[in-house]
Amino acid sequence: MGEITLRGVHKAFGATTIIPNIDLDIADGEFVVFVGPSGCGKSTLLRLIAGLEDVTRGTISIDGRDVTNEAPAKRKLAMVFQSYALYPHMTVARNIAFPLKMAGESPDVIQRKVQEAARVLNLTNYLDRRPGQLSGGQRQRVAIGRAIVRQPSAFLFDEPLSNLDAALRGTMRLEISELHNQLKTTMIYVTHDQVEAMTMADKIVVLNAGNVEQVGSPLDLYRSPQNLFVAGFIGSPKMNLIEGAPAARHHAKTIGVRPEHMTVSTTAGEWRATVSVAEHLGADTFLHVHADGVGPLTVRAGGDVAVNHGDTIFVTPDATKIHRFGNDGKAI
Amino acid sequence: MARAVTRQHKTIATAAAWVVALLIFFPILYTVITSFKTEQEAIQGFSLIPSGTFENYVEVEAQRGYFHFFLNSVILSVGSTVLALIVAVPAAWAMAFNPTKRTKDILMWMLSTKMMPAVAVLFPIYLIFRDAGLLDSRVGLTVMLMLINLPIVIWMLYTYFREIPGEILEAARMDGASLWNEIIYVLTPMAIPGIASTMLLNIILAWNEAFWTIRLTTTNAAPLTAFISSFSSPQGLFWAKLSAASTLAIAPILIMGWFSQRQLVRGLTFGAVK
Repeated sequence: MGEITLRGVHKAFGATTIIPNIDLDIADGEFVVFVGPSGCGKSTLLRLIAGLEDVTRGTISIDGRDVTNEAPAKRKLAMVFQSYALYPHMTVARNIAFPLKMAGESPDVIQRKVQEAARVLNLTNYLDRRPGQLSGGQRQRVAIGRAIVRQPSAFLFDEPLSNLDAALRGTMRLEISELHNQLKTTMIYVTHDQVEAMTMADKIVVLNAGNVEQVGSPLDLYRSPQNLFVAGFIGSPKMNLIEGAPAARHHAKTIGVRPEHMTVSTTAGEWRATVSVAEHLGADTFLHVHADGVGPLTVRAGGDVAVNHGDTIFVTPDATKIHRFGNDGKAI
Repeated sequence: MARAVTRQHKTIATAAAWVVALLIFFPILYTVITSFKTEQEAIQGFSLIPSGTFENYVEVEAQRGYFHFFLNSVILSVGSTVLALIVAVPAAWAMAFNPTKRTKDILMWMLSTKMMPAVAVLFPIYLIFRDAGLLDSRVGLTVMLMLINLPIVIWMLYTYFREIPGEILEAARMDGASLWNEIIYVLTPMAIPGIASTMLLNIILAWNEAFWTIRLTTTNAAPLTAFISSFSSPQGLFWAKLSAASTLAIAPILIMGWFSQRQLVRGLTFGAVK
């Protein structure tokens, strides 16, 4: 079981409030991603759940048990840190065995569980090595191994892939998702990378300045952002946010159109635009254009679009996919 | 051109380093040379070639009992170091990992005690030692040496502990480690190089301490510093014997320093370079 509930959680460091007031429900077995820009309080929120920081006000419950004032060791949670936080003086086997040793398990049980974790994570050949002799991906696997042997109620991941290169990040992302499918244990994952959030999460919690902006499935957030912040944060490339006359025609302060929800023509269309930069990625072409009376836009077109810098094109938004936002920045 | 200048600079810098090193080392070398001279040779004037006599060493041991002083030096320096570590490890741990607003002030205050001239407190400390019956006792002097070096020991350990990433200790906490398990299984093994170099430096400082060891002892607890000073008598200076005594006093610590120089350099420069 790994049901986590936050009620009225407030965190301040001295006079600085990091998290004003958060209520959140995380169901057992869910993969929840906290996403938001740097300094939005997502890591602090994770550390509050872990018990590594004390809450200023509010309660945190795990499986109905109030753990607000309990030490991290007693919360039955496992955490994977951004820096891996492996014990440099211990071998891989001893690193993975450490939580079991602290739990007072017998040497036989420790040996069996370490072997099992090493097999699952492809670390069997590295058990006698020290962390300093491993690559970034292998270190990350050791950190995950150390977390899974405890069979915790929930796993907490604090930006675990941000120290890896792009290719390895993709592989590890898949491995963590597969691990979640196998173990079906609650996972809370903190990242600033919205691609990680979209690809891994059952549920995304978008945070901004310590506040929850929206909670929902990745596609909910993509299709129906509740405010301008979520609209601008979720999706890559970013949603185009347009104000002025084009927005007024849709009876809104701001309208949002995703780059993939616009069509490009060289002959006719709603907005006449000049191409500033054309990024040809093979499968797609990202056109950064300046539309007359609208402003700068990013448009996603097919890979075979033959448009280059300085060309004039016509851009037409898909009327059914236009997001409208009022004066308060909320979706209409 | 640039390369030639660099090479020239390197040669000059190397030569200058050798000159400075020889200047620093020369008094020690001359002491050793003098210890192998006769008393007559020693007062005759500057000479780098001794007659090679061992009589000074034989006399020094026979007349004054070198081994007794040597044993006291070992007891005082090792004892005060162990005591200092017992106090300093928990203190440095608390200040490094659970600092408060006043931690820096406390550290500065501790360091400021080292700026005070020892002679300023000679009188009260002498009286305290006399009234407590600690004059010329190993226990009293061990505590004294521990106290005077404690600020440096805490500072060094604090600097070492600060270099240990806090996330590793947090990981241990998440893995179910209690405070003691965290210190025993994670912090201490990671800090062993730091603790070792702090120990070495403190042993050297305590071994060389001459102000208190000479003033608070007579015979029982007197270490090698008192042994050396005893050769400067009102009847006149016996340079050759004094040199032999000095050589015997510095030899153990010089040998220890030589074998542990890597640790010592690391300890003294720790925190300066990432």
